Amino acid sequence: MAEFCMPALGADMVAGTILEWAVKPGDHVKRGDIIAVVDTEKATIEVEVFITGTIESILVPAGEMVPVGTALALIRDGEVSAPSREVATPPVAAPTRPAVPKPAISTSIPRPVAPVTPMTRPPAAPLRREIAPAAAGRLRISPVAMRMALEMKIDLSKVEGTGPGGAIGKADIERAVKSGVSAPAQPAVVAPAPPVAAEVAKPSVASAERKLAMRRAIAAAMARSKREIPHYYLSTSIDMANALGWLQAENLKRPVNERLLYSVFLLKAVALAARQIPEMNGFWIDNQFKPGEAIHVGVAISSRQGGLIAPAMHDVDKKSLDEIMSSLRELVKRVRAGILRSSEIADATITVSSLGEQGVESVFGVIYPPQVALVGFGKIVERPWALNGMLGVRPIIMTSLAADHRASDGHRGGLFLAAINSLLQEPQKL
Amino acid sequence: MTDNELRVLILREVGNIAPETDLDQIDPASNLREQVDLDSMDMLNLLIAIHGATGVDIPEADYAKMASVDDAVAYLRTRVSQ
Repeated sequence: MAEFCMPALGADMVAGTILEWAVKPGDHVKRGDIIAVVDTEKATIEVEVFITGTIESILVPAGEMVPVGTALALIRDGEVSAPSREVATPPVAAPTRPAVPKPAISTSIPRPVAPVTPMTRPPAAPLRREIAPAAAGRLRISPVAMRMALEMKIDLSKVEGTGPGGAIGKADIERAVKSGVSAPAQPAVVAPAPPVAAEVAKPSVASAERKLAMRRAIAAAMARSKREIPHYYLSTSIDMANALGWLQAENLKRPVNERLLYSVFLLKAVALAARQIPEMNGFWIDNQFKPGEAIHVGVAISSRQGGLIAPAMHDVDKKSLDEIMSSLRELVKRVRAGILRSSEIADATITVSSLGEQGVESVFGVIYPPQVALVGFGKIVERPWALNGMLGVRPIIMTSLAADHRASDGHRGGLFLAAINSLLQEPQKL
Repeated sequence: MTDNELRVLILREVGNIAPETDLDQIDPASNLREQVDLDSMDMLNLLIAIHGATGVDIPEADYAKMASVDDAVAYLRTRVSQ
């Protein structure tokens, strides 16, 4: 019998709220199945199970907030399947990571066993909170329902939630579709000009509480990074003419919904370079470097509700550019909707931050602990550029590396950036 | 489609992509990306949505002609009605 515990979804998560169970006792689950939906400070997360077996019992009901490490369910015949070792990460399995200085709260709470004792010692905000109805500001909605609503462009303000705490579930969306709440085709188009904004305005306004929690989660991770990680920084200018030329020619052949963005080159190049210089890919845990066993690139994405999330794109070195593009599209969509998978939250082995969109030319990153490197890309700018004794104007991207000096030295970091550069010169090979 | 229908379509999609935006505050004559903080993925999604609703495939070389809401309406007007 194995316990399925509240996973640590991010370096500084101390507790999470079960929003919804996707399984019931008697259900068979296999590694990678989504078994529950958990709400954390940063996002709503679909938690994947890491073992194969049959759900024996569920120990924590939906609506309950419990600390990381709390047993949530019992799974029968659940051996930890071997593949879970392929990722040397903050495994979803590990309740707490030893290297992480645990916030006082998680050490002071005894691991509850069934029946669950709710937390009684709240920190800043009361930890044990019921699922608040939508009035609390953020829409309560299950990920499945959210996806359906997004796909069918349903106005969620008109959907009545019948789940716990008024949460909108799949059934509610289906009901709404039947009763014609959906906005198929273009109903708004018939509206006269002035009420346009009102017609399309979204009801969702991120609550101040949510923003504050997100800010605190970022604060904790970044403070820990700057406190513990001796960063060193390197940067180099990379000529993007070849990559952009190839991209333009390729996009010319493609309809708009199949076009690529240049970010996919950057992600692929970083992943392949990390294969060459493995000290950049992995974690600093227990006073030593643990290389990542796969290359999962964290992609820093603005949540649009304030704050930033860097979910992992898995096995980027093995993906084609088209696969990276569709993963990127999917990740952006899910970050914006506030719904992520547990593996995306916990698995990143290196992070890429591309702040170029905001118009800055260079980025000096702060590493996400326990990772050991962050690659920053600035905006592509046209610059005079000497090549083979000739001067020309080329699109240049400033590429930086923030790396953990405990895990690597500047020389290796330099080789890493050089590898990214040479990979980007041959875009057809990416 | 009339200009007004195009305008509504564009703003609705901007609202979908950037739900925190106050669509009333968008100046149709000035740069949309700067006003709404749309990144290249957002812009691509906007163009995909416009393509889905109007059937107009906007080549990459014409992205610059869609900078503001007014520009985009003017650009689409000639192509949609055909």
